[in-house]
Amino acid sequence: MKELTIISGKGGTGKTSVTASFAFLAASRVVVDADVDAANLFLTLPHTTLQTESFLGGRLAEIDPGICTECGECLERCQFEAISTDFVVDPIACEGCGVCVHYCPVDAISFEQQTCGERFLSNTANGPMVHARLGIAQENSGMLVSALRQQAREIAKENNIPLIIVDGPPGIGCPVIASITNADALLIVTEPSMSGMHDMERVKRLADQMRVPAFLCINKADLNQEKADLMKAFARENNIKFAGEIPFDRDVTASMNAGKSLVEFSQGPASQAVQNVWQNVTSYVNDTMNRLA
Amino acid sequence: MIVTIASGKGGTGKTTVTVNLAACAPNAEVQVFDCDVEEPNSHLFLKPENCSKEPISTMVPEVDMEKCTLCKECEKICQFSAITTIGKKVMTFPEMCHSCRGCEMVCPDNAITASSRVLGDLIKGTNSAGIPLTWGELRVGEAMSPPLIEQVKARIDPKAISFVDGPPGTSCPAVAALRNSDFALLVAEPTPFGLNDLALTVEALKKLDVPMAFVINRDDGKSRVIDDYAAKEGIEILARLPFTREAAAVCSKGLLLVDEIPEMQRLFKDLYSRLMQKADKGGKIK
Ligand code: SF4
Ligand code: SF4
Repeated sequence: MKELTIISGKGGTGKTSVTASFAFLAASRVVVDADVDAANLFLTLPHTTLQTESFLGGRLAEIDPGICTECGECLERCQFEAISTDFVVDPIACEGCGVCVHYCPVDAISFEQQTCGERFLSNTANGPMVHARLGIAQENSGMLVSALRQQAREIAKENNIPLIIVDGPPGIGCPVIASITNADALLIVTEPSMSGMHDMERVKRLADQMRVPAFLCINKADLNQEKADLMKAFARENNIKFAGEIPFDRDVTASMNAGKSLVEFSQGPASQAVQNVWQNVTSYVNDTMNRLA
Repeated sequence: MIVTIASGKGGTGKTTVTVNLAACAPNAEVQVFDCDVEEPNSHLFLKPENCSKEPISTMVPEVDMEKCTLCKECEKICQFSAITTIGKKVMTFPEMCHSCRGCEMVCPDNAITASSRVLGDLIKGTNSAGIPLTWGELRVGEAMSPPLIEQVKARIDPKAISFVDGPPGTSCPAVAALRNSDFALLVAEPTPFGLNDLALTVEALKKLDVPMAFVINRDDGKSRVIDDYAAKEGIEILARLPFTREAAAVCSKGLLLVDEIPEMQRLFKDLYSRLMQKADKGGKIK
């Protein structure tokens, strides 16, 4: 079983449109939406949800005013300024460290595990989709991502599914690291701009640190062909396999509006290009699979 | 006054709106703070000069094994599995540590002292037009961005007009950037993805009690999804920025729309004055 994670560094480069197309093109796969605090994949892959579960994350302190003697011990020890001078815990500021709970002399502070989102298992045309919705302003997105990927691996193993495709979040922080750890390959979807270039370099450094081989796909390449060519050169010099470029095409947004993946919706230039990228990426993934077998 | 520019979905044009608005403010009266510390981009457009850089770090425990009696109190209090005893050793996992200092406080033998791990850099500079920019750059491989975002925000002068360029999403980094803002300007993209993520951000802002308005970016003149949602929520749309290939090309080169396209300059100037009026009325001005 192989795991391919699609990330971008910069947001809005078309990562999810590419993932949805891959999910449609793969004969058999599990697809994971790891962009848990702005999940969009479900909007573009027709699905039926089979299972909904709540996801338990970290704990939260809550002071019972009936027991609290206002001794000030918790206030002094909290490193996150989460406790007000009238002894109320701000649930958004609370980091869930439990220090106040440990030191409260009268046991006035409860410390319950919080539901921080919902996770779903859905059925789509070519296999299961594992996705989630992180609660508003919730923490633990990295933990949720790891849990989703774990579930995907179990499903793939049980059903002999050879490929897991993960739609990763933007950035390079906690949920991105959780999306990349132990993946077999990364596809970086970027766009030809100064920002795209800057962000891609940072993502590539992260991939190197985590020892995951990376592919590059340049979306909307024709919006600045000169930058796109610079990015290709960067890929060559930095051991990134170039998987292809996608032209700007209004069908991408139109497919979103239709609630379908681009390759299902259209046979236009962007759709053709995505199919080409898919060929390039899978032939590599299959190659290494055969070599390992 | 702090105005945070946010969106939920990534790549809707937060940075474009932030830098162009700041650039058309009269007398360079706006200070810019880029809190998208995982992928900061504002400096690519504002081009600050003579930048100074300072590393930002956070507390992590260091254990003196000479003093440690292997009582395991540190392991018990740590909620993040960042410190644990293995055999006759205490292991720390600095990348998992949230710097709560619990282990340091609880250790009966005073074997734990505060050491530090570098989260990233805080960088400051001013561009040729006189606009000051402060931004954070998360170290590649570092998972926790909120403490660095807090550090960037700690540099805000509450008496000045400050624009905060926020990170995408609605989880801890976005919340860290939006908290304690006086006003939020949400950059909305008129697509199903854009709407879905915008609605999540609106919910987060309601929870944080921050007043807000929208600006529609890459308006194709056809889709009404944001208009309908705004009407339903009673949120004002302050501007509509059209999608043109020319605008995309200008942004891709790291140039400012207000410098290159007269029509964009007019739109941004108008947006700036409407935003200031709105924030003055709706915002909690100090
Ligand atoms: S659990 Fe930790 S962060 Fe939360 S209020 Fe208590 S001491 Fe502060
Ligand atoms: S400071 Fe807090 S989070 Fe870090 S190791 Fe100690 S107890 Fe754990």
